Amino acid sequence: MKRVAVPAALGVALMVLPLAGLLQHAPWSNLWTELASDQGLAALRLSLVCSLGALGVALVLGVPLAWVLARVPFPGRALVRALVTLPMVLPPVVGGVGLLGVFGRRGFLGRHFGSWPGFPLPFTTRGVVLAQAFVAMPFLVVAAEAGLRQLDARYEDAAATLGAGPWRRFRTVTLPLVAPSLAAGAALCWARALGEFGATITFAGSLPGRTRTLPTAIYADLQTRPDAAVALSVVLLGMSLAVLVALRGRWLGAR
Amino acid sequence: MRRAAAVLLAGAAAATGCGGSPPAPRTATITVLAAASLTEAFDDLVPAAHARYSFAGSQQLVAQVTAGAPADVVATADAGSMAQLVQAGLVDPPRDFARNRLAIAVEPGNPRRVQGLADLARPDLKVVLADPSVPAGRYARQILDRAGVTVRPISLELDVKAVAAKVAAGEADAAIVYATDVGRAGSVAIPDDANVVATYPVAVVKATTHRAEAQAFVDRLLGPAGRAVLAARGFLAP
Repeated sequence: MKRVAVPAALGVALMVLPLAGLLQHAPWSNLWTELASDQGLAALRLSLVCSLGALGVALVLGVPLAWVLARVPFPGRALVRALVTLPMVLPPVVGGVGLLGVFGRRGFLGRHFGSWPGFPLPFTTRGVVLAQAFVAMPFLVVAAEAGLRQLDARYEDAAATLGAGPWRRFRTVTLPLVAPSLAAGAALCWARALGEFGATITFAGSLPGRTRTLPTAIYADLQTRPDAAVALSVVLLGMSLAVLVALRGRWLGAR
Repeated sequence: MRRAAAVLLAGAAAATGCGGSPPAPRTATITVLAAASLTEAFDDLVPAAHARYSFAGSQQLVAQVTAGAPADVVATADAGSMAQLVQAGLVDPPRDFARNRLAIAVEPGNPRRVQGLADLARPDLKVVLADPSVPAGRYARQILDRAGVTVRPISLELDVKAVAAKVAAGEADAAIVYATDVGRAGSVAIPDDANVVATYPVAVVKATTHRAEAQAFVDRLLGPAGRAVLAARGFLAP
C-alpha cells in the first residue's frame, strides 16, 4: 500500500502545486484593475467570441461526422477516425503550420481563393476560430461518437415503425439520448478551444483585439506585465474549473 | 516559454548528440541566452556544438534570467533590458559589442513596390511588426512615430525572428526588422534621420558555474573574431 501511496501522492502534487503557485502569485489586491485593463478585456472578449465560434463550427461539422463514424460502415472508416482524432495528440503548432500550408497566401487553397469572401484567413479573427476548431473539434467528435455507439438502435427502430421520418427520429429520439455525451464533448471542446495557443499564434499571429486571445496575451504579458499575465491566468483557471464542475455528473460524481 | 524550451532542447541535443565528428571540447559547454537577432552571428562565432544557445526576445531573456534559468552569458538587443538585469544584481557589468540599424523587409524583388516608411500605411499592404514589449517593436514604433506614419499591422509578433519569418513565408508584404534580419527577403533602407541604432550589450551571469568559459566567450565576442563575424552578418561596430 505504501509503495503505491507515495508515487500517487507525488502525482497529485505534480498536478496541484502549479495551480497553488499560480494562486499564490496572483495580484489579489489589484486583480480587478489588471483584468479591467483595455488589453485584458479585449483578450477576454476575443477568447469568448472565438472559442464559442470554434464550438459552433465543431457542432455543425462534428456531430454529422460523429454520426457517420458511428453508424455508416464504409471502407477506411478506421483510418478516417484516426485522422480526424489526430489533432488531439498533434502538437498544436504543427497544426498551425499545416493551416498556413493550406490557407496561407502561398497555401494550396489560399493561393487561389485569397480574394474570395471570407478569405484571407491567416492573421484574422476568423483564422483564430479555424485554428481553435482544428484543435478542439476531435474532443466533440470522440464524445459524440461514443454516445451514438452506446445508443440502443432499437429505440430508433421503434420510432421508425411508428412512422417517424429520419429527421424527426434524430430530433426526438437520438438527440435527447446522446445529449449527455454531446454536452460533455461540447464542454471539453470549448475548454480546449479557449486554451488554444500554438496553432493560434502560428496561424493567426498576435494582434491585440483581433487575434491575441487569452493564452497569447498571457504569454506576451508575462515578459512585461507579469501581474496582468497572472491575473488572466487566474481567469482561465476559473473557466476551466467551471467546465469541470459542469461535468461533475460525469466525472466528479463517479466513484 | 514553449519556444524557448524547444530551443534549449534542440541546443542540448546538438551539444550532446553529434557523434564525435568535431572533437568534444575539453572545457565545459556554456549556456548563452541571446537576443533572437543574434542567432546566425552567434552560430558563426561559436558553433552550437560548443555552446548551448537559447535565442528569444530580449524581454523574455530578462524574464528567464530573473527566474533563475541556468545561463552563463546573456546578450540583449537593447541597453534597457540589460539594465534591468544589472539593477537586479544578476549579471556582471555589461559591455557593448555591436550596433544594429533597422530596415524594412519586403519579399524578394519587392513585388509590392515598397519605397519607404510612408508606404507601410498603404491599406493594400500587409505589415507585421514586433510587439512593443521587445526592443525591435519599440524601435519600430519610434521610427514610425518620427516619420509620422500610422501603420495598422496584421500582427505584433513576440520576437523579431517571427516578424522576419512572416515576410519570408509570404504571409506579409512588409515588416520592420533589424537590417541583419532581412535575410533572404529583400530590403528597403530606412533614412538615417528616422532610423534607430540599437546597441547590443553582453554580460556574464553572476550565478554562472563556468566563469572562465563564460568570460572566454565574452572576450571572443569582443575580440577580432567576434568583430569579423558580426561585421559579416551586417552588424555595426560598437
